[in-house]
Amino acid sequence: MRHLLGIEEITLEDMNQIIETAKSMKFVLERKIKKVPTLRGVTVANLFFEPSTRTLNSFLIAERRLSADTVNISKSFSSVEKGETLLDTVKNIEAMKVDIVVIRHSVPYSPHYLSERINASVINAGDGSHEHPTQALLDVLSMIEKFGDLRGLNVSIIGDILHSRVARSLILSLKKMGVKITLCGPSTLLPEYFQNYGVDITYNLKEGIVDKDIVYVLRIQKERQDGCFIPSLNEYIKYYSVTKDILKKYAKKDVVIMHPGPVNRGVELAPDVADGPWSLILQQVTNGVAVRMAIIYLLSGIPRSEE
Amino acid sequence: MKKKILDKQELGKIIEEISENLFSYFNGKFEEICVIGIKNRGDIIAKRIIEKLEKKGKFKILFGAIDITLYRDDLSSIGPKPLVGTTEIDFQIDGKTVLLVDDVLFTGRTIRAAIDEIIDFGRPKRIFLLVLIDRGGRELPICPDFVGKRIDCEEGENVAVCIDEIDGEEGVYILNNRKDL
Repeated sequence: MRHLLGIEEITLEDMNQIIETAKSMKFVLERKIKKVPTLRGVTVANLFFEPSTRTLNSFLIAERRLSADTVNISKSFSSVEKGETLLDTVKNIEAMKVDIVVIRHSVPYSPHYLSERINASVINAGDGSHEHPTQALLDVLSMIEKFGDLRGLNVSIIGDILHSRVARSLILSLKKMGVKITLCGPSTLLPEYFQNYGVDITYNLKEGIVDKDIVYVLRIQKERQDGCFIPSLNEYIKYYSVTKDILKKYAKKDVVIMHPGPVNRGVELAPDVADGPWSLILQQVTNGVAVRMAIIYLLSGIPRSEE
Repeated sequence: MKKKILDKQELGKIIEEISENLFSYFNGKFEEICVIGIKNRGDIIAKRIIEKLEKKGKFKILFGAIDITLYRDDLSSIGPKPLVGTTEIDFQIDGKTVLLVDDVLFTGRTIRAAIDEIIDFGRPKRIFLLVLIDRGGRELPICPDFVGKRIDCEEGENVAVCIDEIDGEEGVYILNNRKDL
């Protein structure tokens, strides 16, 4: 593995290696001194062309725990607003001898585009509505910690599937792990072509919850709803909000609720569900740091000659 | 090519002797001592030594296992990356006397890494080093306090300690190449 561009590009073996390494990294996070000298001298540039606090901070903590040097460039600090192209921005950063570039960008496949043109390793931290591989890997780690083997598990993903890079990466990951997937959401946000992934589709929340081991609730991305996909937020809440009542009525007794954050409380997820005993949401955040440490460790310092 | 230099019984005897030495060196007092083995073989050897010591007196010795992968000094030049294991030190290390255990002492780089990692867990009163085999070839100023057996090795040769739990056999070999095992 030289880059992490998407779940599509990596094998089940790669995924397992990342997960196993992340499990070891978690032990480092539980120590008094949560820092190891592993990546001294390695420089990581975090290029976030889209707003993000959670993912950026998770990457930053991961990099610093491994003793890497970090540089952050956001849209407003870069020269993008002066008309510089993405490639020029990154080439300039690379000229400062950066080893790894973490990139979030609104254009799908921009990490792939870069990876073919620069020497540094590229990690995709979200490219538009295409993929968000580190999120999917931390979700898989959280599921494995809870259930062990994932084969044969029933998982539903509920919400705005269409715009969700989280959903796409998660579907690809879970398919590799042998999980049975049900997608659930309003038809405008869940096009039929998603069936091509080999998943079940339902427009009825009840069917998205009955018999599921894990219910993965997506955030309603208000910033991506310009196309009038839902009539109103209230209507979405009425039909798709996951509440305690609905879980009590339809869900398995030991169902697990996951969410990539940040949660719109009272929209896709009721507050008492987000904070309830079934919620894995905060474990997901901890695992995010461990998974990102694992990925940076595995990608760093691979001699170019071995390519 | 591989040459067996110690068989199962000889290896057992060395562990027995080194435990005797420890017992008399520390006057049978192990309350403030913890034994930390370096994975993947030092930890198992450490456990065997603890077992022998505990038979001699009424005490429990603290045990830890350490994986030094994240502290290696050659990570930026090797790929693919070595598997990261876990370090298990479930007790306060501050003020303790640490007995660090490994199977073979060669360049000393593993020991340097292990000492750095231990110090990230706290400030021990003192660290002793115990190795089963010292084969020479140091690249760092590191000197063991307890040695099972010293072996003269040519450059390029490797010493391998085999133990049941990992290798399915017991003994010590000299190899011309790691792959000969």
